[in-house]
Amino acid sequence: MGAPKKSAVRVSEDTDELVRVPLQAILLADSFTTKFRPITLQRPKVLLPLLNVPMINYTLMWLESAGVEEVFVFCCAHSKQVISYLEKSQWLSQPNFTVTTIESHNSVSAGDALRLIYERNVIHGDFVLISGDTISNMSLTEALREHKERKKKDSNAVMTMVIKRSKPNPAIRQSRLGTDEIFMAIDPDTKQLLYYEDKADHSKAILHLEKSLLADNPSLSLHHDKQDCFIDICSPEVLSLFTDNFDYQHVRRHFVKGLLVDDLMGYKIFVHEIHSDYAARIDNFRSYDTVSKDIIHRWTYPLVPDVMNFGNTATKLERQGMYRASEISQSQSAVIGPFTAIGFGTKIGNNTKISSSVVGEGCKIGSNVYIEGCYIWDNVIIEDGCKLRNAVVCDGVTMKSGVVLEPGVILSFKVVVGQGFVVPSYSKVSLLQQPVEEDSDEELEYADSTSAITSKVDMSDEEVASQVLDTHLHSASELGVGGVGYIWSKCEGGHEEEWRHSVAPIPADKISEAMKIMEDELELTYDGSILPASGELKPDCNDSEGDDNEDSRDDSYFEKEVEATFLRAAQENIQEAHLILEVNSLKLSYNKVAADCAGAVFYALMKYALDTVHSSADSLVQNVKDILRKWKNVLRPYLTDIDDQIEVILKFEEMCSESAKAFAPLFTSILHFMYEEDIVEEDAILNWDDEKKDADDSDKVFVKQAQGLIQWLRDASEEDDDEEE
Amino acid sequence: MPDVQSLVNEFVNQLKTRKIEGSQATAKQTAEFLRSVISQQRVPHTNQAATLINAVRDVGEQLIAANPVELAVGNIVRRVLHIIREEDHSLTTAAVAGLGLTAASDDENDVDRDDHPVLSAAVVAAAARSTLRPPSLQTLLEDMPDSAAIPPPSSSGGESEGKSRSVDKGSIGRKLKHDVIEAVNELIQDIATCYDQIAEQAVEHIHQNEVILTLGSSKTVLEFLCAAKEKKRSFKVIVSEGAPRYQGHLLAKELAARGLQTTLITDSAIFAMVSRVNMVIVGAHAVMANGGVIAPVGLNMVALAAQRHAVPFVVLAGSHKLCPLYPHNPEVLLNELRSPSELLDFGEFSDCMDSASGAGSLHVVNPTFDYVPPKFVSLFITDTGGHNPSYMYKLIADYYSADDLVVKRRAVTGN
Repeated sequence: MGAPKKSAVRVSEDTDELVRVPLQAILLADSFTTKFRPITLQRPKVLLPLLNVPMINYTLMWLESAGVEEVFVFCCAHSKQVISYLEKSQWLSQPNFTVTTIESHNSVSAGDALRLIYERNVIHGDFVLISGDTISNMSLTEALREHKERKKKDSNAVMTMVIKRSKPNPAIRQSRLGTDEIFMAIDPDTKQLLYYEDKADHSKAILHLEKSLLADNPSLSLHHDKQDCFIDICSPEVLSLFTDNFDYQHVRRHFVKGLLVDDLMGYKIFVHEIHSDYAARIDNFRSYDTVSKDIIHRWTYPLVPDVMNFGNTATKLERQGMYRASEISQSQSAVIGPFTAIGFGTKIGNNTKISSSVVGEGCKIGSNVYIEGCYIWDNVIIEDGCKLRNAVVCDGVTMKSGVVLEPGVILSFKVVVGQGFVVPSYSKVSLLQQPVEEDSDEELEYADSTSAITSKVDMSDEEVASQVLDTHLHSASELGVGGVGYIWSKCEGGHEEEWRHSVAPIPADKISEAMKIMEDELELTYDGSILPASGELKPDCNDSEGDDNEDSRDDSYFEKEVEATFLRAAQENIQEAHLILEVNSLKLSYNKVAADCAGAVFYALMKYALDTVHSSADSLVQNVKDILRKWKNVLRPYLTDIDDQIEVILKFEEMCSESAKAFAPLFTSILHFMYEEDIVEEDAILNWDDEKKDADDSDKVFVKQAQGLIQWLRDASEEDDDEEE
Repeated sequence: MPDVQSLVNEFVNQLKTRKIEGSQATAKQTAEFLRSVISQQRVPHTNQAATLINAVRDVGEQLIAANPVELAVGNIVRRVLHIIREEDHSLTTAAVAGLGLTAASDDENDVDRDDHPVLSAAVVAAAARSTLRPPSLQTLLEDMPDSAAIPPPSSSGGESEGKSRSVDKGSIGRKLKHDVIEAVNELIQDIATCYDQIAEQAVEHIHQNEVILTLGSSKTVLEFLCAAKEKKRSFKVIVSEGAPRYQGHLLAKELAARGLQTTLITDSAIFAMVSRVNMVIVGAHAVMANGGVIAPVGLNMVALAAQRHAVPFVVLAGSHKLCPLYPHNPEVLLNELRSPSELLDFGEFSDCMDSASGAGSLHVVNPTFDYVPPKFVSLFITDTGGHNPSYMYKLIADYYSADDLVVKRRAVTGN
């Protein structure tokens, strides 16, 4: 990480003191992610309607009411659409509120965007960094004042992050907004952010805090019930930091963590917690659903449909949270349930039921249609008898009669679903074919695949539709008779993760599954006496036993690894030298000593012998002999010491008494064979005998069994001694 | 006139985002804003009144749409329209009188004249007041394209005498605008002083050793109580806190600071306390034409309790709160649901609102206003004195002209 230019910092500080600069904001009209695909292939995320108003309006309206005077809207993907939308809207002609667009085609991340803005040299003072999908009604005054005061005392306080308390779901380990829960360490007195982790590894249930963190701070509170609002108040230094560290891409993952880790420069980040105000970012379909519901329930007041009154159609709030625009024609027998918004000029047929949904403008909904928890955008045609549950339906979609959408379906622009077709849950349907996923960094994915399909995006919708129609004339449609569109195959995390980010509620079985795992974990952790909060998600980790039994757990892991390695070697005839190399690397990575390796390799050998087909005890002994003879060279490097050999004997003893009782009667003969093959030496056996002298009788079973051998060895050694004398 | 439009946008935005709150502040700012609209409006030589009316009506429609719940906006727009009509009428009658044609203009306005008691003295232009007509159904249903183009009071006279008056047009035009602005200034003055005017009457209503109950906070109530205190009346005040905004706390603090004997109670204790109270005095958000009151939430309950114990329920309201509309479905249409965060802490309850995991069944409703039907109100005290609820429509007819009840932009504007 390069050192920031001191001169740049100085200059901006001076200007800050000399003139009172108007409060500025950078609004990133591009999220640089692919969460909203396939919809975002045709329309930028900031223009997606949220209760029938494009999202960017909510953000701009908040910025204006919060006292921001100048906003730079950074447009990247679909920049033309964003700019033309803003030109048509009222935003460019507001007094005391200037909106300037900055267009870029080669920025692939927030970092690039901020670097470009730094080059333009338009930011002169503190600014608000926000993305165009953030909904808030918070007042900035308090946060700004705190930021400025801190800045005055300590010029290294470059950023204030806004956070809000919101309990994550304890079972699923994600917030209401569908993002992973965030772990933050905050100094309770100064509100300095000390640690930030949004991708905690739940499979291990361990959070690593640096020791120095605890040493340097007298008190520290660790939170996991805070939600990051993605509203940042930044000093101009932030831009120069991005420029100096050209590898910073992501504001949170690189910039924030980078600053927290880097103690050379001593830059500090602080948090500001809001309590009664609302702030949330729409990051995925789940948060789209959650925030829509929050708006309907008026948490975002005054950013609610009946107050904002965007465009020229007034929306009225009726009983039970029904928002109705004007000129709706609704059949007498249609039932519109609570917490529903219906857009201007929509027609609703007989016996249709709509509940907890948002219906856009100019939609035609037929008779006997059932809609629950759906987000239907503008000019959608739904014919008779369709059933829709928890789906997102974009502009211009046509659903022929009897179509069923199962929970979590996304229908992108102008898709046509054929008669009676059932769209399976979590499907994403688009007129565009799914771009081929490239195995690249997540940040770059968006740009790469976007450029691959830009040619299509630039076409008008009609062209796309006609093109798709053409292809469909030749091939059978994926969406039933007369359907138009491609069903995308599952991607990005696979089906397992699909339910986490979908608009559909989390399936009951997933919740109960997660609850069960959590309860299991709780039981385990009680004997382990660690924090009950550290549950685990992945079922394959169930055999682990809490955190402070780490040694034993590592042991079993190590043994398993060695065993697997050996089995692979035995089956694929890998050379001994290579096998030894692999075992050595395992030894290093698990931080083991030679004795552990000897034990583990021996265990693997015996297990292999046991698993090889054998009819009687004799043939088992024969198996063991064959295998030991064949692989003793693998064992040998770890048996240089007497102690290592004792370890092998102890391991063998343990196996005989526990995991592989078949060996129990054969203990002596195999031990003798090992002696003959020089795997264990005489001294080792004798030492083992000595060690066991004080043990319980139960532990002495095998010592007694081998007594003959031991006696014989003792006699032989005495003879040797005698001879020497 | 782009500059006017940008001003309008700014003001509309402030109303929309609820930057301006409280009916008095809203009324004052609306009046000041309309004054600047009128002063910037260029007046042609003919039909000055109609031009002004159209301009105000245009702007007014946008303002009302910006915050339909704040009735004070509409009230002031209608008052200003009324003022323009009045001024125009008085000028016309003067001009017509000068030409000796008084009789023609007066034949329609036979109802009034003696219906103007002292209470209208506050309005200087009262001499010309002549539109005490009940709002006709026809006016409400049709948009009446002609009625606005020609000021209705002078319709019979003005039309026929159009030619003969043309000589005076120029001077009348300048005078009209000037007079209107003067009258609007009076209106602003009225709004600013309404507290004092109401407070002056305090001694007539509050007697020695009485116990007064109020809910929430209202500046009018505060001034009223303090005025009585200044006149050496000694009485007790019980303040109910007024959940969920708890403005009663502020009022109680203020009253205690001014040396009044104050008791703070929770809203739920009202019924128990009302029996020992001599009078309930509350503020209002708006007073409707039927005498019903749109008031801060909780007041309907207070009114019911007061009626049960036969305690007088007195509502204080400045004249800018008098609304010429009749309430239709007031619990919903004239209400405003505010953010639930005033009731409960989002962080603490966020897991009850997580719809994704099936636990999201918690809904919070936070209405701002209550509707108190006229039968529960014993007395209104406005800046013109005390009135019975059933007299409200008459009072309202003094301030508004029937043609302005529907403030809608007309299809084709003159300019």
